[in-house]
Amino acid sequence: MALSARGLSLGQRRAIWAYIFLLIPLSFFITIRFAPTLFAMSVSLFRWDILSSNKPWMGLKNYETLFADPVFWQSLTNTLLYVALSVPLQLVSGLFFALLLQAGARWRGFFRALYFIPFVTSTVAISWVWRWIYEPTFGPLNKLLAVAGLPEQKFLASPDQALASIVVAIVWQALGFYVIIFLAGLEAIPHDFYEAAKIDGARAWDLFRHITLPLLNPTIVFLTVIGTINAIQVFTQVLNMSFQGTGGPLNSTKSLVLFIYQQAFKSFKMGYASAGTVVLFGLILVITIIQLRVTTRRVEY
Amino acid sequence: MAILSQSRYARPPRWSGQAIIYALLIVGGIVMVIPFVWMLATSLKPATEVFLGNFFPIEPTLGNYDAVLKKVPFARWYLNSLIVAALTTLSVAFFDSLTGFALAKYEFRGKNLIFVFILSTLMVPTEMLIIPWFILSNNLNWVDTYWGIMFPGVITAFGVFLMKQFFEGVPSELLDAARIDGVSEFGLFWRIAMPLVKPALAALCIFNFLGNWNAFLWPVIITEKMDMRTVPVGLAFFSGEAGSSWELIMAGASMATIPVLIVFLFFQRQIIKGIALTGLKG
Repeated sequence: MALSARGLSLGQRRAIWAYIFLLIPLSFFITIRFAPTLFAMSVSLFRWDILSSNKPWMGLKNYETLFADPVFWQSLTNTLLYVALSVPLQLVSGLFFALLLQAGARWRGFFRALYFIPFVTSTVAISWVWRWIYEPTFGPLNKLLAVAGLPEQKFLASPDQALASIVVAIVWQALGFYVIIFLAGLEAIPHDFYEAAKIDGARAWDLFRHITLPLLNPTIVFLTVIGTINAIQVFTQVLNMSFQGTGGPLNSTKSLVLFIYQQAFKSFKMGYASAGTVVLFGLILVITIIQLRVTTRRVEY
Repeated sequence: MAILSQSRYARPPRWSGQAIIYALLIVGGIVMVIPFVWMLATSLKPATEVFLGNFFPIEPTLGNYDAVLKKVPFARWYLNSLIVAALTTLSVAFFDSLTGFALAKYEFRGKNLIFVFILSTLMVPTEMLIIPWFILSNNLNWVDTYWGIMFPGVITAFGVFLMKQFFEGVPSELLDAARIDGVSEFGLFWRIAMPLVKPALAALCIFNFLGNWNAFLWPVIITEKMDMRTVPVGLAFFSGEAGSSWELIMAGASMATIPVLIVFLFFQRQIIKGIALTGLKG
């Protein structure tokens, strides 16, 4: 191997360049991503009030308090409800409109753009628009119900309807993303498969069940995981749509992240809130592991 | 006429099928657009009309926009959002590419370990890091500064992963030929490899700019002064304090939404392509 003047081989000199390139990014990931992860875990073991200099060691007390806190359990249950409601709705409606768009080829670009608009606009702005739409006495949705002769609904003001109302706004905003990804998945399916099946006399439903769905499997898995992780972290919509941003009424819309936010930045209990984030981390970790299991076992068609 | 009706009879299911498809697409389209129309309509109504039954304003006025601009520094929030989103995107475009390039095109000890390490940071949710970031920012006086809003996002693991994949498609022979011509190692990255991954880079920039422009959780924590808020944070506080003055809240929401809509209408093809690309690679 050719040696340079400084006695380094070409390969070594290139390696040094790679290390130079990686110096700033690697320092960033260590100090801004990795170290804070460990720090959050350790903070969860203290009573860490940002306003007081005294930060006593708590051991696992924060976790004990957390697991005995009914509001924590409620926000955890709510979070799972957000996942259970929004993910299937997004998948089904996303696939439905993607199939329609694929079939209605002439105006595809136009409709695709139309469906995508909510996804690019600010979630905060959209949350307030929906809040106004849901307004119990003067909102347009109740006016519409009145015209149809249906009883007035409280929507965001009712503990039974508030969470579902927020889910509708979430699904409405995310739909465009699901449509786009499903469309890309659909376009990747070779046309020959359908032609061959049609020659064999397959009906539209058979084509969908035996060709489209199995071949879309990777897309469905991907969107399920993305959707689940997003729904577990739901925050902006809840803060902006629930009454006074507290996750009400009666904590019926409070998500895990809103609970953590309130503990950390309204009550300044950083240690207690950190314990909550560790639980959140655990939840996401479990989902990631399940995802890895499913995707590595994926069958090639 | 005869030909027309004949062809219609020849394929009746197709024709009615298309009609149903377009009808459903139009209904879906109306559902997607009507909240925006409602937002704009309300923002143009005088306060006396807001609680009447009419959908569109009877006497449209721009007074609500005027009132919002007098009450809160919306222009300043715009500037803040623009600075934060633009600088973060520039930084991400440069550093994510550089990291992806080093990991894709160089052989060195610890390469796989570094890649797996960077990827593994993706598993940790932002919410977990926010408390340490806030304590850090508090100690270093980063609260209410642009750097404070930006620093968590100036390099992203996702972008590194995306760019690495695309740089792997750049032929090594091309880089070696350029080396022989005396191009420096940084020149290889900047002048030879970067132009070849432009589509991926554009997609990453779009994805990142939108994400930072609409970001809420971290900016709401790190900004306390009115003048340092970004558009979403400012709008959230303003709306929270506006009570039931829906005409003002909708004027604020319109101001936050309209510029994004205009940009989207011009670049919708590229934006949708970019999101699809980043989404699929993720």
